Amino acid sequence: MSVDIRGVGVTIDGAMLLDQIDLQVETGEWVSLIGPNGAGKSTLLRVVVGALADHQGTVVLDGHPVNGMHPRSRARLVAMVPQRPVIPLEMTVFDYVLLGRTPYLGPLASESRHDLTVVEESIARFDLAGFGQRRLGTLSGGELQRAVLGRALAQQAPVLLLDEPTAALDLGHHQVVLELVEEMRRRDGVTVLSAVHDLTAASQFCDRLVLMSQGAIVAQGPPSQVINEAVINQFFNARVHVMTGPDGNPVVVPRRVRDMEIERLRD
Amino acid sequence: MTARVSPVAWLLTASLLVVAALAGLLIGPARIDIAPALRGLADALPFFTVGSGLSGQESAILLSIRAPRVVLGALVGGTLALCGGAYQGVFRNVMADPYLLGAAAGAGVGATAAIVGTEGRAWVTPAAFVGAVLAVYLTYLVGRRGRDRSPAALLLAGIAVTAFLTAIQTFILQRNYGSLEEVYSFILGQLGTGGWGEVRLLAPYAAVAAVIIIAHRRVLDVLTVGDEEAATLGVEPDRIRRRLVVAASLGTAAAVSVSGLIGFVGLIVPHVVRLVAGSSYRVVIPLSMMGGAVFMIGADLIGRSVLSPAELPIGVVTAFFGAPFFLFVLRQSRRGL
Repeated sequence: MSVDIRGVGVTIDGAMLLDQIDLQVETGEWVSLIGPNGAGKSTLLRVVVGALADHQGTVVLDGHPVNGMHPRSRARLVAMVPQRPVIPLEMTVFDYVLLGRTPYLGPLASESRHDLTVVEESIARFDLAGFGQRRLGTLSGGELQRAVLGRALAQQAPVLLLDEPTAALDLGHHQVVLELVEEMRRRDGVTVLSAVHDLTAASQFCDRLVLMSQGAIVAQGPPSQVINEAVINQFFNARVHVMTGPDGNPVVVPRRVRDMEIERLRD
Repeated sequence: MTARVSPVAWLLTASLLVVAALAGLLIGPARIDIAPALRGLADALPFFTVGSGLSGQESAILLSIRAPRVVLGALVGGTLALCGGAYQGVFRNVMADPYLLGAAAGAGVGATAAIVGTEGRAWVTPAAFVGAVLAVYLTYLVGRRGRDRSPAALLLAGIAVTAFLTAIQTFILQRNYGSLEEVYSFILGQLGTGGWGEVRLLAPYAAVAAVIIIAHRRVLDVLTVGDEEAATLGVEPDRIRRRLVVAASLGTAAAVSVSGLIGFVGLIVPHVVRLVAGSSYRVVIPLSMMGGAVFMIGADLIGRSVLSPAELPIGVVTAFFGAPFFLFVLRQSRRGL
């Protein structure tokens, strides 16, 4: 399912958080929003998922504007993994993943055999078999993030939004989570729009990067075209080397200021 | 598997309810045995005549005094615990109780005004009900003013409205010392003055609240992930919250108007259920209703037995026995709240 963001603007308390954003994401594409803190990445994701009702412009999914769509119908099309999900510590993993079936259940309905099967499959896909009856409060950070992804998978939405899905994870779990998302994209044809801070990982996994700054899109394209030292210096105020990794994608290596001074003295 | 009330839990609470109801019917100054009592109850049903062997007086005690009292206790306790559980869910606040939005204070003002201003007790219940409903409505009006539509704003409005109405009630009382005792007995709660009339008054509200709240038990679980995530799952938190607050407030207002301010049940019973059976609202809601009914019948039985023939106010009993019981469960349990 394609996502077409048309002229989306958000102003809260007089502060312009998003300024006339236009962005198209094709079916099955993985696009990452990059940019410094406060650039508007999360805000844009919240507009697309419908969590921020008060905005200008429209979001169109496969030609259908989501404005005026019933919240339940919209939730069947777009799932979101928030940056800091609210975790009900006493809830079991099974019940938590089952929350992903909410869009398919009327307010008063209870889950069908099919819903339970979808939940079991999601749990198995994310290596949480055996965790079903564990309470969320007893899980590690990596397990918890898989549970949150499992909930999004159970939602069976063709569009998946990820807001910093790996921010709290160690390197191994970070890779696992991104590979799981990649698998959802390959196997289920899910369209992915994510906000990511790790530029190297974003370059490895995404078809296209969209650089945002101060509520606007300032650059977009394949990772090798967007990521360079000057751009990162300008927008992130960071000093880095950008190298080419073994897979041909850019690798971003931070430099220490002291090293730069040594280089300058040598010159 | 998903959180559900297990058949064992259903069976256990149902049998507790039966035992409590039987104890409430049989125990009292006038001795009635179980067999004639059951026959007497069967006789009271339409199309049944078995011949109970009860004297006219015994029959009257059973059917006009004890039976309505047991039914009223079950309805009041079940409704308060159910509404307390619902409030805790919609406000995501474990300290929420059914009186949070001013229902108790409103009922207090209504009852006080009726006791002071009218002869007899005929107006106390309707005035308390109207007072409770108006108080919650006032809280709602105040709480949604301004830009902050958050549940916290509603809770704070409830605290302000409660303080304001309590001040009014105290003022009325100051001017009418003669009614102090009667008002005081309303505030402490009572089931003894209730009869089938009170049952008929409360039953429809209790039923509507129960149906609406039980129907939303799964959605209450969805709300535990917060409004924003709930919205991304296709739920409309504000609508759900409004619907449940209306249902729970009507139930609470009806309960408080027939029984006075019985504290503790609405707050504690859902927590005991959580500690024993888990925190999913699919479990907490139905079991709280059953548990509240059992607890209230039991508390009433204690209240009218220990100082018999005098009666302890039921509000005193619920707190005096309920608080240590709750602390016991809390200590025994390894779950957190």
